[in-house]
Amino acid sequence: MIPAIVIFIYLGIVLVIGISNRGGAGKSEAEGYFLAGRALGPAVFLLSLVGTNMTAFSILGASGHAFANGIVTYGLMASASALVIPFGLFVIGTRLWALGQRRGFMTPVQLFRDRWEMGHIGTVIFVVQAVLLVPYIIIAVMGGGTVLRTVSNGVVPFWLGGAIVSMVVMGYVFFGGMRGTAWVNAFQTTLFLIFGAVAVTIIGRGMGGFSGVMASLAEGTGTSALLTRERISPLYFFSYSFIPLSSLTFPHIAIFCMTAKKLGHFKKTIVLYPICMLLIWLPSVFLGVAANRATDVPAIEAKLEARATLATEGATLAPPEQAALRVKAGGDDVILRLVEGYAPFWLAALLGAAVMAAVMASDSQILALSTMFTEDIFTFYGGTSRFGGRVQVQTGRVFIVLITVVAYVIALNTPQSIFDIATQYAFAGYASLFPLVAAALFWRGSTKWGALASTVWTALAVIAVAVVQQNIPAPAPGQAITVLELGGQVVVTRAVQGTLVFGLLPVVPMTLISAVLMVAVSKLTPGARPGAGTLRTYFPAAA
Amino acid sequence: MVPTLWVAFLLYLLHQDFWFWGTARPLVFGFLPIGLAYHAAYTLTIAGVLAWLVRAYWPNHLEGHE
Repeated sequence: MIPAIVIFIYLGIVLVIGISNRGGAGKSEAEGYFLAGRALGPAVFLLSLVGTNMTAFSILGASGHAFANGIVTYGLMASASALVIPFGLFVIGTRLWALGQRRGFMTPVQLFRDRWEMGHIGTVIFVVQAVLLVPYIIIAVMGGGTVLRTVSNGVVPFWLGGAIVSMVVMGYVFFGGMRGTAWVNAFQTTLFLIFGAVAVTIIGRGMGGFSGVMASLAEGTGTSALLTRERISPLYFFSYSFIPLSSLTFPHIAIFCMTAKKLGHFKKTIVLYPICMLLIWLPSVFLGVAANRATDVPAIEAKLEARATLATEGATLAPPEQAALRVKAGGDDVILRLVEGYAPFWLAALLGAAVMAAVMASDSQILALSTMFTEDIFTFYGGTSRFGGRVQVQTGRVFIVLITVVAYVIALNTPQSIFDIATQYAFAGYASLFPLVAAALFWRGSTKWGALASTVWTALAVIAVAVVQQNIPAPAPGQAITVLELGGQVVVTRAVQGTLVFGLLPVVPMTLISAVLMVAVSKLTPGARPGAGTLRTYFPAAA
Repeated sequence: MVPTLWVAFLLYLLHQDFWFWGTARPLVFGFLPIGLAYHAAYTLTIAGVLAWLVRAYWPNHLEGHE
């Protein structure tokens, strides 16, 4: 129960930070509330941006993935993002900032509407972006409920834990707006950074030093592969590197790029972003791998036994038994178990707060949805000009309450597995929207019809992949179920790691086809190109 | 912007490192498998390269909008 009390104290601190840093003066009330008056300083901008990209997956999921698959997790998820995201900030983020300053944009759809001189197609893009964001918010409610139930040994039920976390996040987003949310994110990132270093040091001591642990893993017949990348194919590794493109098209990241006070604030963020990734992800992945030698921790030993049974008898077991063993062998709580086994109480409490920080990462998405709704729908369809800026902000706040309540109700009534799938493919969906951003900023010949084609393709592809994933259960490791075969050529398969297209993750064909559609449809519709005035605005050097 | 994109492409190729794919040893500093040590060093290299790019190719023309 004591860790639960520590988490409640943490929630109180977060609420105070968020509410006491409310608002921000901007050109309008909306700019003050939704963009912190475009006045965030360099430290908060860096830490908050890193925190905005961190989810529960960064700490828990990464170590769980590494526990099962080994060191490949870092290359898959961390170093690829450490490359793509800061370069994206350099090339795209700085331009979004400049356009926000010059044209007053607050959302990506405003930019698209202006760039391609369109109206309702922007609404279609808004709908696709919004639908892809909602699962993250629902997952956060579920994560909060689960963590509070676990750390309180069931004293706080799931429904109450979810409600408490929802209320706290809603509270500081509602009152604090972008400025409050950014400060909370900065605080949470600081916590992540501290936790990683402390956890590695203390757990390493508890395990008798990592040198012995790693040497033992390298010599073990079943464990040596964990120190290599043999458990993942090079094609899978290559295709996973498309996933970070999603970070450049997430509305909450694009909106966040417009909050910096000066363009110069991007400089430190771009340079330090990879280092922050290293400091947060390396400990998570390393500890996940090392946990394979923590056989003196009963909960971890049970996982290893379940994994061994799956490997030796999995093919002969019925699907429900296989599924039960997979759950038992799952490593998402492996860091929690390491801390239980080797760390003192105070570290367990710190970890509880860090985990709660991770599951509360939905704040930026809630605020982004509210910003998008009020700017892309309410203002675009005449609400602000009719009722004024103050009503616009109040509408945004009401939207925050509504989305929180809806997410909470859905979280209580829907199996988590559905939303796990949804978030997994939302990344692919946002990566597939990358050609929109690239074309809007860098290609004069792009048109609104090209943008529409890419958007509709993305929506259909996400639905198709999610349907395959949900309806065809995962086969045993090493096996693949053929889903689609054309002319004797296997096109789509279902494997244990997900749906694959020609052995690649769906994100690759989704993004490439989206780009092809953007180019082809734009070429077919030259008459829909924006006027000379608009093109001069976006491409002054070429005019 | 063109040099920035070329540097990004080169770094992307270095990310697809097949040369340590099936090798665990040497353990760098006695505990870090070579594949993981490579990607840790790679991440630090990205930071160094970005520090240079920010100095050499910063989009100053956008500053005018401040």
